[in-house]
Amino acid sequence: MKNVLEDIIEPPVDRKIANRNMNDRVQDIPGWGMDADPDNDPTYPMKHSTGADHERLNYVKAPQQRQNIEVLRSIERPNITRVFGTSTPPAGLSGAIRRYAYKFSEATATHWMTLILADRVDVIQGKLNDLKHGIFPNPWIERGWRAEWKHNRPAFLGRMAVTTLVITAGILLITRKSRGKKMLANS
Amino acid sequence: MLAMNFRGPYQIRPDRNRPMPEIEHPYDAIVRVTRSLVCGSDLHLYHGLVPDTRVGMTFGHEFTGIVEEIGSGVQNLEVGDHVLVPFNIACGTCPFCKQELYGNCHEANSEATAVGGFFGYAHTGGGYDGGQAEYVRVPYADVSPIKIPEGMDIEDAVLLTDVVPTGYQAAEQAGIQKGDTVVVFGAGPIGIMAARCAWFFGAGRVIIIDHIDYRLEFAKKYSYCEAYNFKEMNDPVVFVKKLTDWYGADVCIDAVGCEAVGHGLQDITGRMLLQAGSGTALHWAVNSLKKGGILSIIGVYGPPWNLAPIGSIMNKGITVRANQASVKRLLPKLIDHVMSGRLNPKGIISHRIPLEEVSDAYRMFSKKLDNIIKPLLIPPRAFAA
Ligand SMILES: NC(=O)c1ccc[n+]([C@@H]2O[C@H](COP(=O)([O-])OP(=O)(O)OC[C@H]3O[C@@H](n4cnc5c(N)ncnc54)[C@H](O)[C@@H]3O)[C@@H](O)[C@H]2O)c1
Ligand SMILES: [Zn+2]
Ligand SMILES: [Zn+2]
Repeated sequence: MKNVLEDIIEPPVDRKIANRNMNDRVQDIPGWGMDADPDNDPTYPMKHSTGADHERLNYVKAPQQRQNIEVLRSIERPNITRVFGTSTPPAGLSGAIRRYAYKFSEATATHWMTLILADRVDVIQGKLNDLKHGIFPNPWIERGWRAEWKHNRPAFLGRMAVTTLVITAGILLITRKSRGKKMLANS
Repeated sequence: MLAMNFRGPYQIRPDRNRPMPEIEHPYDAIVRVTRSLVCGSDLHLYHGLVPDTRVGMTFGHEFTGIVEEIGSGVQNLEVGDHVLVPFNIACGTCPFCKQELYGNCHEANSEATAVGGFFGYAHTGGGYDGGQAEYVRVPYADVSPIKIPEGMDIEDAVLLTDVVPTGYQAAEQAGIQKGDTVVVFGAGPIGIMAARCAWFFGAGRVIIIDHIDYRLEFAKKYSYCEAYNFKEMNDPVVFVKKLTDWYGADVCIDAVGCEAVGHGLQDITGRMLLQAGSGTALHWAVNSLKKGGILSIIGVYGPPWNLAPIGSIMNKGITVRANQASVKRLLPKLIDHVMSGRLNPKGIISHRIPLEEVSDAYRMFSKKLDNIIKPLLIPPRAFAA
């Protein structure tokens, strides 16, 4: 693999460099810090700046939650969080796609679009899984058609009628075509 | 136990066979849910717009419940406490939590550094199952959850987990000065609450804009504000300019987020996922502001990017302020507003629906059926609570 600048950084460096600058360098920079004004903090009151920012990652952390499932991790952080969700670990084909997506940073479209792709694949996986457990799709409940029937009947029926029409027309068209082909084949 | 089970975009199942949550960390608690709400943010999940929303997950980040079990390290809660649980999962000790940015905790979401930890909000929100269920695992139980104050209505309490603090923060971060003209885009629960809360900061005028008449009517009364339908406008930006004597609003609040409608190009590119939903509300808000005005973004946008008028932000000297609400930070003040009768959160609940009918609640909220403002879900055994 190509050598990239990322590979030569060995964290933690940020505060080391900042502290070195503050200790040795800034006195030689004319006017350093002269106009600093802690009250000019546009993040207040959303954020009560306490300087904790400059502790970087050296804070008291909770014990690490035991990891007995697969947790995907953003490559923009060094480790998994001390506490994490255990809902629906990656599985099957969608899981493989997700693992690939997590090779890319949150700044890339590849990361997010690949995850969306995984989500769509997951839906199919979910359907197959349901069937395996004898659960059939039930749009009346799952898609909330019951609610449409109750509160939006005319529009709902209209939409259903159009959908049915389009599907029937499609089926007719396909069967007609294949019947035509069959006739040709027979003649 | 019974819980909602996500099966794919627009598909949700009330599922009686969900496994019970367990203590997985010494700081965890298990809470038996007494009330939960469906949020506009849940609709982004429901519509399949949030990446890494996995089939089988339980949503729900706004809930109250009774503590059933606590981990060995939990000190502030006891079994039997009736708590309201802020939607942010927060460790309390990272620099962000220590500076009260509880919506931006660094130890609650492995999957995305840009996003905090939230209950039931996809793996992009940390992969936690949520509270549209009978039971839920509550991590860092000592940090955010608090006992529902003596005498507080449970319906007010559950709205303090998100809607009230979010609406309040939308107004707070807008830096409203006495006499300011505030324009709120979006008359959903969040916009309605933001408009209501703008008065706490001394607004001189509060104007709300949406395209759903029943919501505008509701907002007019609940939030004491002016309300206008953008479908009756040629150009909402020109409308606001004229309404502010061709000056522009002092403050605009975007309480719509990525599912804004009203602009063809934005709608289409949003739906095709060429951008993270539509940026219409952002666009209108930036352009409606006066020069040097403040844009407060509380509506949610997806991660990659949106078509937003950065050029106008720069040229006009607009200050943009945005965040997930920091619920814990705002609770003391908001509890006081509620307990003293100044604020009536439960007034925005329009529907009370059994958890068994969660899929109907989503459909109704998504399609804005039956004049819905905010649906409350009640788990079967919690009706008495
Ligand atoms: N930052 C946070 O902490 C936080 C918390 C909760 C919710 N939210 C976000 O706030 C937003 C609103 O939530 P909600 O529960 O009120 O949802 P909602 O869907 O009920 O409300 C959105 C409203 O915006 C209206 N709208 C659509 N396009 C518009 C446009 N171009 N201009 C003006 N109005 C328009 C809709 O008609 C609807 O009434 C969502 O994006 C949600 O994710 C953010
Ligand atoms: Zn919410
Ligand atoms: Zn934290």
